[in-house]
Amino acid sequence: MRRRDQRLILIAAAGAILVLAISLTFFGLRDSVTYFVAPSDLAEKAAPGRMLRLGGLVVEGTVTPRGDDGVIAFDVTDGATVVRVHYDGLLPDLFREGQGVVAEGRWSPGEPFKADRVLARHDETYMPREVAEAIKNRGEWKGESP
Amino acid sequence: MIAEIGAFCMALALALSLAQGVLGLRAQAAHAGAAVAVAQVAALLCGVAMACLIIVFVISDFSVSAVVSYSHIDKPLIYKIAGSWGNHEGSMLLWCAVSALFGALFASLRRGQALGLWSKAVGVQGFVTAGALIYTLALSNPFARLDPAPLQGLGLNPLLQDPALAAHPPMLYLGYVGLSIPFSLAIAALLEGRADQAWAKALRPWTLAAWTCLTIGIGLGAYWAYYELGWGGWWFWDPVENASFMPWLIACALVHSAIVTERRGSLAAWTILLSILGFGLALLGTFLVRSGVLTSVHAFAIDPGRGIAVLVLLAVAMGVGFGLYALRAHKLAKPSGFAAVSRESMLVWNNFGLSVAAGIVLIGTLYPLMVEAAGGGLISVGPPFFNLTVTPVLGALFLLLPLAPLLTWRVGNARAALKQLLPAAILALLTLGLALWFSHGRIAPAFGLAIGVWLVAGGLIYLWARVRRGEGRLIAKLALLPLAVWSMSIAHIGAGVLTIGAIGETAFRSERAVALAPGEGAEFAGRRITLLEVGEIEGPNYSATRANFRVDQAGRAAALSAERRFYPTSNTPTTEVGILGDLDGDLYIALGEALRDRPGVWTVRLYHNPVVQLIFIGTIMLAIGGALSLLALARRRKDGPA
Repeated sequence: MRRRDQRLILIAAAGAILVLAISLTFFGLRDSVTYFVAPSDLAEKAAPGRMLRLGGLVVEGTVTPRGDDGVIAFDVTDGATVVRVHYDGLLPDLFREGQGVVAEGRWSPGEPFKADRVLARHDETYMPREVAEAIKNRGEWKGESP
Repeated sequence: MIAEIGAFCMALALALSLAQGVLGLRAQAAHAGAAVAVAQVAALLCGVAMACLIIVFVISDFSVSAVVSYSHIDKPLIYKIAGSWGNHEGSMLLWCAVSALFGALFASLRRGQALGLWSKAVGVQGFVTAGALIYTLALSNPFARLDPAPLQGLGLNPLLQDPALAAHPPMLYLGYVGLSIPFSLAIAALLEGRADQAWAKALRPWTLAAWTCLTIGIGLGAYWAYYELGWGGWWFWDPVENASFMPWLIACALVHSAIVTERRGSLAAWTILLSILGFGLALLGTFLVRSGVLTSVHAFAIDPGRGIAVLVLLAVAMGVGFGLYALRAHKLAKPSGFAAVSRESMLVWNNFGLSVAAGIVLIGTLYPLMVEAAGGGLISVGPPFFNLTVTPVLGALFLLLPLAPLLTWRVGNARAALKQLLPAAILALLTLGLALWFSHGRIAPAFGLAIGVWLVAGGLIYLWARVRRGEGRLIAKLALLPLAVWSMSIAHIGAGVLTIGAIGETAFRSERAVALAPGEGAEFAGRRITLLEVGEIEGPNYSATRANFRVDQAGRAAALSAERRFYPTSNTPTTEVGILGDLDGDLYIALGEALRDRPGVWTVRLYHNPVVQLIFIGTIMLAIGGALSLLALARRRKDGPA
């Protein structure tokens, strides 16, 4: 095989792999991104089985400790709507009443939001940007820190 | 007073870095000595500034704003010291200090490099340090005073009071900033219009050092996440992690392409492009972390102004880099003679795969920003995306990896190499079959494990092939093996070990939540776990609820404890998990809260993380490979002509 042919084969193979990688990337971006919703948008954005990130503030006094089923429950709000969240995992260390939280999970109408993962920040003075955004949209924004 | 000395040293260092930049770029033999001296003094001044910062943290000088925000009288000494670089302002000073130090080292270790290339690289490095110093002095001065001074500090986030995390930022910064020397060398090569084998020889140790430090830094971060965050995760594909993973991938590609450029003189233009990209991604990483444009589980004090400033620095560096590349790169292109199957072509595939992987990570990381800018709402791109896209690319790359060392330069014999690898292929296929059988047909993890075994076995076959070539007894043969062979084999086998660990842990971990009263127990992963007692204890700067467990397995009993700590200074709770390692993996216990209706009954989360140790062993092997390779370069340089 001549050297130029070899070079062509290499380039063709690289091109094919690149095309494959790019299509895989965009396929992945279409199907495996998670949308962020505020409690008020939940009804509009949720679809059965669709993974969502629910962001808001944990309402004070609503955290119900675990019962025998191991589920902990709390309310999340953006100032307009309140959504009940059920979670059977360990809460992050920085989870606290009155503070911002992001719950990742699924929701169907008439049921509590079932979280697979609950995120809070490593820094207690920081509110998740998505939460700030959601609260701002509701006109409930009160300055930089929660 | 000490704070003023530190700030003054930074300002002086800035002036000297600018002088270093001008002297270096003029590239006159008469000024070479002056450029070296200036670079050394600048590094010394940055070092003094860093020392001043550590001192104000150690003596808890609460008139300095950074000390108030991140330190506290009661904090253990080691974390007072680590606190000096554990915050944004201090970490930027560390960035400057490392950049100046590397600049001085590079300037001092000229070793027969051509004057033009060497001097211009010293100059570019001077401007890199100056840029970082301007940013630090103007926007994040670690010595800024607070008036009136409070009596007490706010304390460092207790999650960050951890030995692994004390070392994590400096290692990452050594890696990030280490990539600035290849960048400076690349700009110098473009300015001079040449990049020869001597140039690549000067480039290699810096790339290797940067890559090794990044490996250690990322590994420490993963290990910290594993035992500190309380649910056994070690990699989340979080934007901040991606920000360190992208430069790592490009540095890994650069480590390999620089070998081709040094040994064969080809791929010079590509090596230059990677050098520019690597540093660009390191800066982009800093921007992503500091600007807060991306939502991340990591949080840092966010300041959009700082983010924009880093973006400006990035734009300047990349504008200069890519502009020069567009103008000059064609001059460096050389016809390179190698066949489709050869050591070179394998290294090209390596570079191709690593770059494609870095590109995918970049797209996935920036996609939420693009969607938001286009008005598509807030989204996040998480593990499902990266597992779907990055894993197959790396898998394909790993399929080729064991072949490369067995092929010769220019024209390789694929048939002979494949024949040598036959035992590895058989082992990998056996693994595939067994894994499919035991996991009830889960295809993806089975392939992952098979690829890991293929890498390990392939690396061992190469090592054995090299050993057999030697003379004398086995011990003598092993001792005579070149260090370069050892370093490459250890790193490649490490990649396999890491693959087995990562796939095994991710695919086969098990988890169970139980509610236990003292004296009760539960069966889990072939062990019996009994809760002995729960009590309150007092630590140096925290109070904690501690649960003691007994673990019985195959007639052996072991003790284990898990805690929930509370740090009153920062009003923060943390989870301290109990980990019991065994041959089949870690038993990992996290203590939850007491139950609502039954006080005295605690929720306990049990995890079994199979082969998780291999993740960290593999990472250590990668780092050892990098370090040995550096040693090999240093030794060769001492023995051979410069």
